[in-house]
Amino acid sequence: MRRIAGLLLLAAGPVLVLGVLFVLPVTGMVSEGFVVDGRFAPGEVLDVLARPRVHRVAWFTVWSSGVATLTAVLLGLPAAYALHRLALPGRAAVRAAMLVPFVLPTVVVGVAFRQLLGEGGPLGFLGLDGTPAAIVCGLVFFNVAVVVRTVGVAWEALDPRPGQAAAALGASPWQVLRTVTLPALRPAIVGAASVVFLFCATAFGIVLTLGGVRHATVETEIYLLTTTIFDLQAAAALSVLQIVVVVGLLALAARLRAVPDPTTQRAVAPPRAVRRGDLPVVLATLLVLAAMLLPILTLVAGSLSVGDGWGLANYRALTTAGDDQALLVPVTSALATSLRTAVDATWMALLLGVAVATIVTRRSHSVAERRVRSTLDGFFMLPLGVSAVTLGFGFLITLDRPPLDLRDSPLLVPMAQALVALPLVVRTLTPVLGGIDDRQRQAAASLGASPLRTLLTVDLPVVWKPVLAASGFAFAASLGEFGATSFLARDDSPTLPVVIFRLIGHPGEMNYGMALAASVVLAVATAVVMLAVERLRVPGVGAF
Amino acid sequence: MVLAISDVTVRYGDTLAVDDVSLDLATGQVLAVLGPSGCGKSTLLRAVAGLEPLSAGTIAWDGADLAGVPTHKRGFALMFQDGQLFAHLTVARNVAYALRLRRTPSAQVTSRVRELLDLVGLSGYDDRLPGTLSGGERQRVALARALAVEPRLILLDEPLSALDATLRERLATDLRSILHAAGTTALLVTHDHEEAFALADRLAVMRAGRVVQDGAIDEVWREPVDEATALFLGYASVVRGDAARVLLGAGGLPPAPAVAVRRSALVVDGSGPLGARVESARVTPEQVRLVVDADGLGRLDAVAPLGSRVSPGDEVAVRVDVTRVAVLPIVAAP
Repeated sequence: MRRIAGLLLLAAGPVLVLGVLFVLPVTGMVSEGFVVDGRFAPGEVLDVLARPRVHRVAWFTVWSSGVATLTAVLLGLPAAYALHRLALPGRAAVRAAMLVPFVLPTVVVGVAFRQLLGEGGPLGFLGLDGTPAAIVCGLVFFNVAVVVRTVGVAWEALDPRPGQAAAALGASPWQVLRTVTLPALRPAIVGAASVVFLFCATAFGIVLTLGGVRHATVETEIYLLTTTIFDLQAAAALSVLQIVVVVGLLALAARLRAVPDPTTQRAVAPPRAVRRGDLPVVLATLLVLAAMLLPILTLVAGSLSVGDGWGLANYRALTTAGDDQALLVPVTSALATSLRTAVDATWMALLLGVAVATIVTRRSHSVAERRVRSTLDGFFMLPLGVSAVTLGFGFLITLDRPPLDLRDSPLLVPMAQALVALPLVVRTLTPVLGGIDDRQRQAAASLGASPLRTLLTVDLPVVWKPVLAASGFAFAASLGEFGATSFLARDDSPTLPVVIFRLIGHPGEMNYGMALAASVVLAVATAVVMLAVERLRVPGVGAF
Repeated sequence: MVLAISDVTVRYGDTLAVDDVSLDLATGQVLAVLGPSGCGKSTLLRAVAGLEPLSAGTIAWDGADLAGVPTHKRGFALMFQDGQLFAHLTVARNVAYALRLRRTPSAQVTSRVRELLDLVGLSGYDDRLPGTLSGGERQRVALARALAVEPRLILLDEPLSALDATLRERLATDLRSILHAAGTTALLVTHDHEEAFALADRLAVMRAGRVVQDGAIDEVWREPVDEATALFLGYASVVRGDAARVLLGAGGLPPAPAVAVRRSALVVDGSGPLGARVESARVTPEQVRLVVDADGLGRLDAVAPLGSRVSPGDEVAVRVDVTRVAVLPIVAAP
């Protein structure tokens, strides 16, 4: 009983925060869809869902995400092998570089792809600008890193000996891959694919910048309905649809992710020297790398080109508010706002995430305790099922009146970003905390350590690095957050991604150049944070 | 000689894992490479399997150099200490793995699998998954899997060391009879001399990447080449100098500078030639184990028959059991 009371006390904070900042907006938004003129009218939702445009949007979301997922997995597997299993020179740096696209602000990637594929861009002759293919390319660009990371970490931890036993029994390398390695990696591959599909289906910034109104997904459609057509009811209906689908997908993914076999050891195998047979894999990896580098290089080149020559004029212009009054504040002050917001979002996400991770990983001592714990676990995972746009939309329509009026609070945007970053923090910390054998704490206690001292001497030495890594993730995610922020940022204090989006939407060559320069600045800021995180990487533990 | 390892060196960067090792193995023989962890024995095994490139030397089978023959074309089988079964395949599928690779007709596969599971004493386990097996059962499945296609050579990497003592003893006897029944040539590496004695006909002792001694198993046991080898083989201590002369003299042997003694080399016997004072005594199921301070020898282990009444402080007479000492050849002082 005392344990359960303690558990509930510990959980009270996170539950309250999630209750106000998550349940309230989401229910408010759902009721926006179902309640018309004060009465319950579910028929209206069905009407919205029956619109042909909604069908088109839903179908486009599904197929573009499916194709992007498949492509990302096919491209990611060889790279995962090469970067996590082979002793390639400079592989640590390459691995870190691979991670950058994933955390690059979506708007930045959108701008980079437009620069690459647009008229006059290096790949402009392909005529892909504004086509669904461009969107799929952008989605793949983002998510290859997820596949490489998730599958690579699993591959690294895969005991090489079953494969060697198979080879000794006469299996050729190809047969070893097919009959031993891939089956062992299946949980990781399925896990990565489901996460990637989820990311693709809820991608916002990239689809909005590359697809605009013409090629909308459910996510961008919600935004367009809210901000340009002001059809809040239709937006709410789509949000409800999205929550249902995403939660369903998450449940499916959790079931597909098989329970790890307790007989396999988690050990990191030393990388193998590169042999001649590895050449195709290495080449494929280089190709993927080149494909990932190209948009970024184009972006940088674009930001440095002024008229017919090169120069820093675009960067110097960042101290202005753009041509033709594109913005209310100079870009540099938006950068300051971004950094400030990210700091706030990081401590919020960290505070919440550490509490949640601690609560869900501690071992239960009784059936009742376990029940309470698993209920909490399910509750804390809810934010994962709601996209950033839905969250931002929910904040917008519910937190503007009592019980909580945050319209003018500078903490509104950080709060939304913290909720968006929360799953990242929790997912980084739970495997580490869960990996600490409870008997270590018991041993410490039996030697006379108080609970606090146990925490300091057993948990902290293992956890401080992942906590730093999680803060880095949260910081980077918050810097680039666009989905929720686009609803909530006020015109006089926008964040950098919002400013970039506004600049590319505003006519004027200078504005576009400024957007490119601002994108580079934002990309560099996130890349620096991510490189620091990569140095803190805990081997053998997945990051997504 | 079927397997000929000649002057093999394996280098990891600057470290020499295997240093100029030469070993031979005849058909049907079981050779154990014994050595402490980190001595390079596993690397040697992996080199034979084709999993580690050689820095120098050759490994040949039936006179044909194996350099450039990849692991899967060597026709060997490899068995790891914890079995390394394929976790996603049933027991029957694991055993049939190599057969299926060779596209054996399925009726034949079924009967061969049944035969092998019989051989390792696991009939009826066909549809179980590796995760549901005990350590010993997993090891038996791994053995059946390795034997399925009658490999030319079976490579065993500490096959028993992951098991507990009772199970290890039982499985060792089984493993030996199964290997002999199948007539398989086998190379075993282990750090446990019990495991080596239980399974092998021949023994090679490895230390710091080099083979320091090899020969028939009883030969190596009787005549360890130096002190470290003697201690590694299970001798309790090494007596040298004057003490060695006294000890050998008491056993009626010619003097030598150093002699390795087992724990039971000194036996309490009323007619023994040496006097000793008992320092401690402990009863075990077979005999009473003592620590004595013997005249001219210093502190040594000794034994007394069960039922003899000795307690610390007693003065007793001891004799030397010459079958339990090994004279060490003269080597340069360490």
